Amino acid sequence: MIASRTKVGLVAGALILFGLGLTAYKVISLDLPLWPGESREVWTIESKISFKPTDGPVEVELQMPQALGGWVLLEEHFASSGFGFSVLEQPSGKIARWSRQTLEYPTTLYYKIQGYRAHQDDLPDLPVTESAPPLLEPDQDAAMERLVADLRERSSGALTFTSLLIQALTQPEPGQDAEFLLGTYRQTPVQVMLDVLAYAGIPAHTVRGIRLQDGRRRQTLSALLEVHDGEDWQLFDPETGASGLPDDFFIWQRGDGAVLRVMGGRDSRLEFALLSNSLPAKTVVSMEQRSDDFALLNFSIYALPVEQQGIFKGILLLPVAAFVVVLMRILVGIRTSGTFMPILIALAFLQTTLWVGLGIFLTLVSVGLWIRSWLSYLNLLLVARVSAVVIVVILLMAALALVSYKLGVDQALTVTFFPTVILAWTIERMSILWEEEGGREVLMQGGGSLLVAVLAYLVMSISVVEHLTFNFPELLVSLLGVILLVGKYTGYRLSELYRFRNMVNMK
Amino acid sequence: MIRLVSPATLRRLGILGMNGRNITYIGGNNPRRNYQLVDNKLLTKQAAIERSIAVPELYGVIDHQFQIDGMLEQLEGRSAFVIKPVQGSGGKGILVITARDGDRFIKSSGAVISAHDLRRHTSNILAGLHSLGGRNDFAMIEALIDFNPALAEYSYEGVPDIRVIVFRGVPVMAMMRCATHTSDGKANLHQGAVGVGIDIATGRSIAAVQKGSLVTHHPDTGACFKSLHLPDWEIILDLAASCAEMSGLGYLGADIVLDRQRGPMLLELNARPGLAIQVANQEGLVHRLRIAEEIAASAPDHDARIRLAKEHFHVPQGAAIAPP
Repeated sequence: MIASRTKVGLVAGALILFGLGLTAYKVISLDLPLWPGESREVWTIESKISFKPTDGPVEVELQMPQALGGWVLLEEHFASSGFGFSVLEQPSGKIARWSRQTLEYPTTLYYKIQGYRAHQDDLPDLPVTESAPPLLEPDQDAAMERLVADLRERSSGALTFTSLLIQALTQPEPGQDAEFLLGTYRQTPVQVMLDVLAYAGIPAHTVRGIRLQDGRRRQTLSALLEVHDGEDWQLFDPETGASGLPDDFFIWQRGDGAVLRVMGGRDSRLEFALLSNSLPAKTVVSMEQRSDDFALLNFSIYALPVEQQGIFKGILLLPVAAFVVVLMRILVGIRTSGTFMPILIALAFLQTTLWVGLGIFLTLVSVGLWIRSWLSYLNLLLVARVSAVVIVVILLMAALALVSYKLGVDQALTVTFFPTVILAWTIERMSILWEEEGGREVLMQGGGSLLVAVLAYLVMSISVVEHLTFNFPELLVSLLGVILLVGKYTGYRLSELYRFRNMVNMK
Repeated sequence: MIRLVSPATLRRLGILGMNGRNITYIGGNNPRRNYQLVDNKLLTKQAAIERSIAVPELYGVIDHQFQIDGMLEQLEGRSAFVIKPVQGSGGKGILVITARDGDRFIKSSGAVISAHDLRRHTSNILAGLHSLGGRNDFAMIEALIDFNPALAEYSYEGVPDIRVIVFRGVPVMAMMRCATHTSDGKANLHQGAVGVGIDIATGRSIAAVQKGSLVTHHPDTGACFKSLHLPDWEIILDLAASCAEMSGLGYLGADIVLDRQRGPMLLELNARPGLAIQVANQEGLVHRLRIAEEIAASAPDHDARIRLAKEHFHVPQGAAIAPP
């Protein structure tokens, strides 16, 4: 008994020291800040080139992004197993080239960069090149002429011309000429805009890049219009007509020309996975200085592919939630329905935000209980009944999402983050509890579960906690040690100080 | 304002907490492999019969869903019986039928249920609804205790049972649990049943507690607990101690009922007995468990352990039963 206590104590002590020691080393030697101070939004952009090979040698060329608009690239990484690989310097920028003699299977090539926007710079100047007027059918030519004349009439210069053009082509009911052009062109509206601008003799080209959305997996390239007004280049968003470089736009290629060329392959696709991390400013600076062999980067979560990083962001918070459950059950003595159900509910709260989450949870469980009470008349076998409840819960979620969306309450759409099967089991257990022990016990256990879930949510949403678990995963080893110690706690629970309160009066 | 007791006070009183029970007494004295015998009521019954420990008669076992249709035929001629899950815990899923009128059954609370309800309950038991870990289970049907009329006035709509905590073969503490109207005929203290602390030496009552407060009379029948004196107390202690030897568990709770004809019978064993017994006895378990440890070390013999327990754990009657 004593021996096992000492053993646990020693193991726990070693674990706690190991975690704290490694953290201290990283803080002191590697200069990683312990607290989230001033931070930079570092984006990891993973480009995925997939294609199916045809006969003969394969050659893939990808235009690499120039860091424009104040962006600083911290790291570049290529994955090209079995391919010859080289980076070519060209006047238009760097080009990555993968080549291989024969290839039999559909293949995916990866190119990953990390970067952040250090300054809000304007784009550098670019020599003006006159674009040749487009070759058109006579009727298209006539429509174009009328459209250009109309826009000229209403505009005061190249910039207002472009704004009006974008407006004319994107409004829900475009004018006759605009509609005709959009209909007969077999291209995107951006191509129509470029041709109209060329027809009007205004120098213009596209700027291609990525709209940055955290957690996006299959983002594709989008385009901006860049127009010369005689003095400067000016950017326009071809969808909204807004001018200037949008904050969430990462420029990949400025000017025309293909971003991706695949020879010896077909059905090629270029997609991007995006992830944003709030990194301490100091770390970013040191990453910038030693971007080739940065030890910290190679031995941390940051070395993983983007998708896994995103998943780990969430997974690393789980032990903290488990710790909350351990404390609440062993030290406080709160009864919950299902040991780890509160954690799953708390994870859902992270997605939905607290109040919306609570509302959704209570709605689903109470309506579920009501329907479940009707199911109990049908005398079904348990597994079938729980499955029926699962389906009911899913229908409820769909109904809730639909009704609230129609009412204009978008938040309730996050209902999909709730774990369906866990909800169904919760409803089933509570309904049995109701029948056997009465509504009070249901309220006690349901309330206990919710309380623990809310606490776990609050702890997980502290930014320091997220910072520590993601940047110092070794702290979880220390947490493991603490949990081992708590697992050997033989003292009283807080609830027992209440439960045995009347014992003081005895004898 | 919620009034709390300080941990130091609880320690001084020797109150055993949930964590202390789990780690020190259950974890240290109950080997995992011996749980099976206790958690499975059929195995308990078989082992008890082998050692000629008295148990309620087994009417039948339902282990497959298809047998449920024929269960009424099996119960032909039986008007009082109990259906319970073989691996149930905490008294969950126990259905007590005291009388029947054709296909209508009368529960101990007086509520009438149909054959349909009976089948649904059995089906739930088989699906593992009431069982540890939710695994599939069997349902067993056994005789309803015809309980000793001497105790009838202490229980409302339910069978009073006696819980004895046995530590390393030494009976340590005992209580009788009396169902009340609020507890819906169930003998669970947290549902409102009255717990009566019983003196290990004499079988007389020490104190009676309902929902954490001392009471002197049964809230429904009005019977005074002060005059409670359990018959066959020697046999009860002997039976409880034998259960410890039979189960191989160092720390267990034996639930015993008194039958009119057959005397004390083992109802079930519990490898994780609750802590409410301390409230019913108005005394902490820890001091007694320490003494029991010494008794177990010095007296290897079954009868000597019971004798020493009676010597050490005697409580003079009457001190605590009057409300302060």
